[in-house]
Amino acid sequence: MEITTDTIMLLIFVFIIAAYLGVELISKVPSQLHTPLMSGTNAISGITIVGAIAATAINSSGNHVLGLIIGTIAIFFATINVIGGYFVTDRMLAMFKKKEAPKK
Amino acid sequence: MSDYICIVLYMVSCVLFIMGIKKLGKADTARKGNLYSSIGMLIAVVSVLISQDVIDGGLVSYLLIILAIAGGSVVGFIWSKKVEMTGMPQLVALFNGFGGLSSMLVAISQYIAGVTEDSFTALTLGLTILIGAVAFTGSLIAWGKLAGLKIFKKNFTIPGKNIINACILGVAVLGIIFLCISPDGGLGVAGVIITTLSSLVLGVTMVITIGGGDMPVIISFLNALSGLAAAFAGFPIGNTVLIVSGCLVGASGVILTLIMCKAMNKTFAALLFKTAKKKASTAEGEHKEPKAMSVEDAFLILEAAKSVVFIPGYGMAVAQAQHAVKELCDVLEENGCEVNFAIHPVAGRMPGHMNVLLAEANVPYEQLKTADEMNPQMPNTDIAIVIGANDVVNPAAINDESSPLYGMPIVNAFEARTVFVLKRGQGTGFSGIENPLFTMDNTVMIYGDAKQTVSQLVVEFEND
Repeated sequence: MEITTDTIMLLIFVFIIAAYLGVELISKVPSQLHTPLMSGTNAISGITIVGAIAATAINSSGNHVLGLIIGTIAIFFATINVIGGYFVTDRMLAMFKKKEAPKK
Repeated sequence: MSDYICIVLYMVSCVLFIMGIKKLGKADTARKGNLYSSIGMLIAVVSVLISQDVIDGGLVSYLLIILAIAGGSVVGFIWSKKVEMTGMPQLVALFNGFGGLSSMLVAISQYIAGVTEDSFTALTLGLTILIGAVAFTGSLIAWGKLAGLKIFKKNFTIPGKNIINACILGVAVLGIIFLCISPDGGLGVAGVIITTLSSLVLGVTMVITIGGGDMPVIISFLNALSGLAAAFAGFPIGNTVLIVSGCLVGASGVILTLIMCKAMNKTFAALLFKTAKKKASTAEGEHKEPKAMSVEDAFLILEAAKSVVFIPGYGMAVAQAQHAVKELCDVLEENGCEVNFAIHPVAGRMPGHMNVLLAEANVPYEQLKTADEMNPQMPNTDIAIVIGANDVVNPAAINDESSPLYGMPIVNAFEARTVFVLKRGQGTGFSGIENPLFTMDNTVMIYGDAKQTVSQLVVEFEND
């Protein structure tokens, strides 16, 4: 894999813009949503699963057994993070209901 | 060819993540936001599966990838369904730790695959290991503290912990420098090992000295770190979706951390670097005994009340009292009483923890007020019922400059005409600070398990 200086500069550019966007998105969030938000963004940080899959495949084509094993373990843990994170967040948010017509 | 399709798909999933986070920040669209971001994740995973790198990997790697995803999905799904709502904060911490671990392993396997040829990719790879490892072990410690594991019960203090942590960080950075000098030589291998080990230790030493009350902020910070680790893991393989979404999480996590610190009136630096003070001023001057009251007497006062404000805290979560509280709330409303909930931003072990629990018990969203909304109405409130909360109603935060809590915004429970404090027994709160509220003239204590006390009150109402 060859990464040129141009690509690196472009990646850094993307990095900075994304950081700014993250800051803008979060300011002014009501405090009761902090936990779901933390949990939801935590699920997004499981995006490392994409890196894990790519790394596993690269190791496979290069015949690096150790790298293949480590990559597979990484996929496993990242998947727990992703799947668990989304479902837990959804469970939390499902509970924020509007006041319905009182039962009984 | 397939790589171009990939880039387009990555773009779509990035947009979905951004829309998802935006919608997560508003109460009525939050659930949809979470759905959007999960679709974004699905698209990202599918597109990496059809990327040239993965196609070149061959059948064996496909098989392993599918197996690992299937295994992780089952574990994650079962865990997320089985957990009690009260155990939510520690589960989020644990998941976050797994994300950090995964990023660390990704960097190591990238190194083994030999993607590091220049110093820049070596640098990002080293940073991924450092940040991922700290997020991993740090989150594990946070999980242990929140789950109340025995070994974390006592307060750990490490003498001169800032110097020690700085030294460990220094060693980790040295490892990264080795890696940058010789990305594909023996020195690089040593660098990877040194960085990995010292960073794993750093996560432990950094978090273990921080008190359990500050864990919500720490989890938010570690969440930011694991996002950042994912972002750095994207550099060596030039993967834009990793960089964008990892960085989004990193930046939003940092902001969220700062917002939380502000709610607790602490600076983040103080939280991270200062060792928690021992109980400073105990028993000074006259020591009044709090007044206790029986449930029956409390009922008589409650029956006459026209307005009641509940102030829940972590004790309510521990006692699983949220459903009983909702019942009490219903009978009070039937009795013609106005009921509200005043929720402090850091009540419980996570911001919004109380909201989630009360929402679980079907308390309507509109009744859950913030401290800022309720405080002006406090003097007109007949009864404030404090359930398992302590530090967030401590008036010392307003009038005692020597208190460690001084300056923290609180729920002004003491301004209500009568204050009921439901408490398991005599003792201080999580921070170990005396609470003058308990001995004030308008305060009565109702000792016992919060859930039982509240249920008994409901029974009194029904027998009436």
